[in-house]
Amino acid sequence: MASVETTIPEPTRVTSPERPPTRAKREAQPRGHGRPALLFLAPFLALYLLFIVGPALYGLVMSFFDTSMVTSGFGQFAGLDNYAEALTSSDFWAALWHTIWFTILTTPPLIVLALVFALLAERASRARWFFRLAFFLPYILPSAVVALIWVWMYTPALGLLSRTMTALGLAEPNWLGDPDLAMVSLAITTVWWTLGFNFVLYLAGLQDIPRDLYEASAIDGAGPWQQIRMITLPLLARTTSLVVVLQIIASMKVFDQMYIMTQGGPNFATRSLLQYVFDVGFTDFRTGYAAAASTLFFVVVLAVSTGWLVMTRRQEPEL
Amino acid sequence: MIGPPRNALTRRDVLRATLLGALAATGAGCSAVGAGLLDTGPAPGTLAYWNLFGGGDGVRMQQMEDSYRAANQAIDLQAVTLAWGNPYYTKLALATVGDRPPDVAVSHLTRMKTLAAGNLLQELEPEDLARHGMTAGNFNRRAWEAGLVDGKAYAIPIDTHPFVLFYNTEICAEAGLLDATGKLSPIKGADQFVDALTKAKQVTGRYGATHGINSDTASPWRLFQTLYAQLGGEVLADEGTRVVLDDDKTKQVLDFLRLLTVEKGLMPGSVDYQGAIALFATGAAGFHLNGEWEISTFQAAKTPFSMTLVPNIFGGDYAVQADSHCLVLPVRPDQDRARLDLALGFVRSMLDQSRTWAEGGHVPAWQPFARSEAYRQLTPQSEYAAAADAAVYDPPGWYSGSGSNFENVMGGAVGAVEAGGMSATAAIAQIRSKLSHLASTAPPA
Repeated sequence: MASVETTIPEPTRVTSPERPPTRAKREAQPRGHGRPALLFLAPFLALYLLFIVGPALYGLVMSFFDTSMVTSGFGQFAGLDNYAEALTSSDFWAALWHTIWFTILTTPPLIVLALVFALLAERASRARWFFRLAFFLPYILPSAVVALIWVWMYTPALGLLSRTMTALGLAEPNWLGDPDLAMVSLAITTVWWTLGFNFVLYLAGLQDIPRDLYEASAIDGAGPWQQIRMITLPLLARTTSLVVVLQIIASMKVFDQMYIMTQGGPNFATRSLLQYVFDVGFTDFRTGYAAAASTLFFVVVLAVSTGWLVMTRRQEPEL
Repeated sequence: MIGPPRNALTRRDVLRATLLGALAATGAGCSAVGAGLLDTGPAPGTLAYWNLFGGGDGVRMQQMEDSYRAANQAIDLQAVTLAWGNPYYTKLALATVGDRPPDVAVSHLTRMKTLAAGNLLQELEPEDLARHGMTAGNFNRRAWEAGLVDGKAYAIPIDTHPFVLFYNTEICAEAGLLDATGKLSPIKGADQFVDALTKAKQVTGRYGATHGINSDTASPWRLFQTLYAQLGGEVLADEGTRVVLDDDKTKQVLDFLRLLTVEKGLMPGSVDYQGAIALFATGAAGFHLNGEWEISTFQAAKTPFSMTLVPNIFGGDYAVQADSHCLVLPVRPDQDRARLDLALGFVRSMLDQSRTWAEGGHVPAWQPFARSEAYRQLTPQSEYAAAADAAVYDPPGWYSGSGSNFENVMGGAVGAVEAGGMSATAAIAQIRSKLSHLASTAPPA
């Protein structure tokens, strides 16, 4: 009964008087679009403001105060003292250099090897799924698991790598104990662990290259190497610029591997900037100073990423 | 004809309903959060207790909690175990600043003072403690006095956990290092120590002794502090505002450590904490230098071992690096006499179970048990009981204490010397520069 009552007046209400408003609405649409869009975005925006933008602003404000973990409130206003202290601290600069050094050590192999393995996996005629899976698999491991596996492999006198080296009659490198070698060891671990991500991006990029280009070039007598150089690499350029920027950001954010595998040692040789922030903020309880150090780091990452994007934007018309 | 408009309406209805539902859910969520934020505190019958014990200590602490529960069935004991180190102290400080602290918490004696300086801990009045039978005289004097802040008590020490010498009884017997009763013959002085390690190395074919060096700043610091304190050296003064490192004594200790690792190869200069344990447990070394808490590890590994004091290497007054686990009562907004007595009753219960705790290797601070025959019978745990009276704590200072940046600075440099990558002189310069920076920084509390 109720349904009959509601359905009957509807057509009259909806069909005839609604037509003109629809037209009016359509004209107003560019502006009217905003509200529903905002409504749909609201849940995300609320969380984003609450947990990302809010804390970031709070951190920025905190960096101008002598905020401490063991007292409530912001504490005394410090002006630019925290920034001055960070910029004159040799520990801050050392940690920043360690982060950059790690980025230099990991970014090239993570891009070149990912590309090479993607090309090889693509060429495999049989068991292609196996190669795809094999290269991607380490990526799904949590950082703590990766770190524990590699700590045992690197362990002097007992570890797999150390024993292999001595069995081959070579001197046993002090993988994580030598200040010069420790960062390289961490880089090796990281390359093994995160290669899979770039590998998958390159595989996806390879799928987008039309097959007929290869066919046509083969008819023109191009060899496999020429095909890679003249077709594959240029057409992968957009993927490469994406991979590079993602990789640089990921490498600069390094924390887990050092924290678990070396604790920033030996003798601070692998302390990354994020660990420095962690040390001053959470061990020394100096959250105001830690906020200043992380703000400076944010500026560095932002500058590097912007620099790279501007460089690749300029190149794009030529591609 | 009827279809499309009905659909349009239904879609809107659905959207509206969804939105309403979402709002309602958010509202409910907010009210739940609000309730959490505005909650005035736990029910009167509950007791929240935070600790940082894992491994064998964690198992024993749970036994002690269980027996407290059995004896106090009306009280709901909510025990929380958190990972030790920074995460623990961060959470404890933030919970207290946020007015939602546990009733009782474990803290290291050397880390408790920063919390007390931030006014996060309740001062424990002698008359309140006396109501529960806890008077200063009932505690190990050194641990009690080291825990006082301006002469006031903020923490109840439950133990002293010193750096000790583990020795493999089979290897040492073969090397002729044991006396007639099967205990390690006393080692006095640097030469005898080198001699003992050399003999042990001849038996094992690998190393004389081990301790953690790679990615472990605590062990090198503990060993250094033990030897340096035997020379009478101090690192910090005036609550950490002054660096008083004695270059000659520091060099003497560092040179000796370098002799053991680099020059004589008696100790591995590059092994991490777990690796050092593994080498000792598998018989690749006759001695192991570590905190006594690793007793459970070697018992589980069925290593034939015993424990004793770290020898007096430099002949001064005997000294050994140590810290104490304490129970503290964080400041809370709803504190009253009933809650205080509930918390102190729990503290007393933990002290009464000192035997269970001592089995894990810790030297009991509670004298009624420490002086008992039962403790004397407990071996090898009571072999190094004297360490509690000779304990040297990390120097007071806001950046000092177990797991602190002070230990990282000291241990990092000492470890670098032991690994052979740094000269003693360079290490001293580095320590001085890093500590001076910390000493001149205003404390966070």
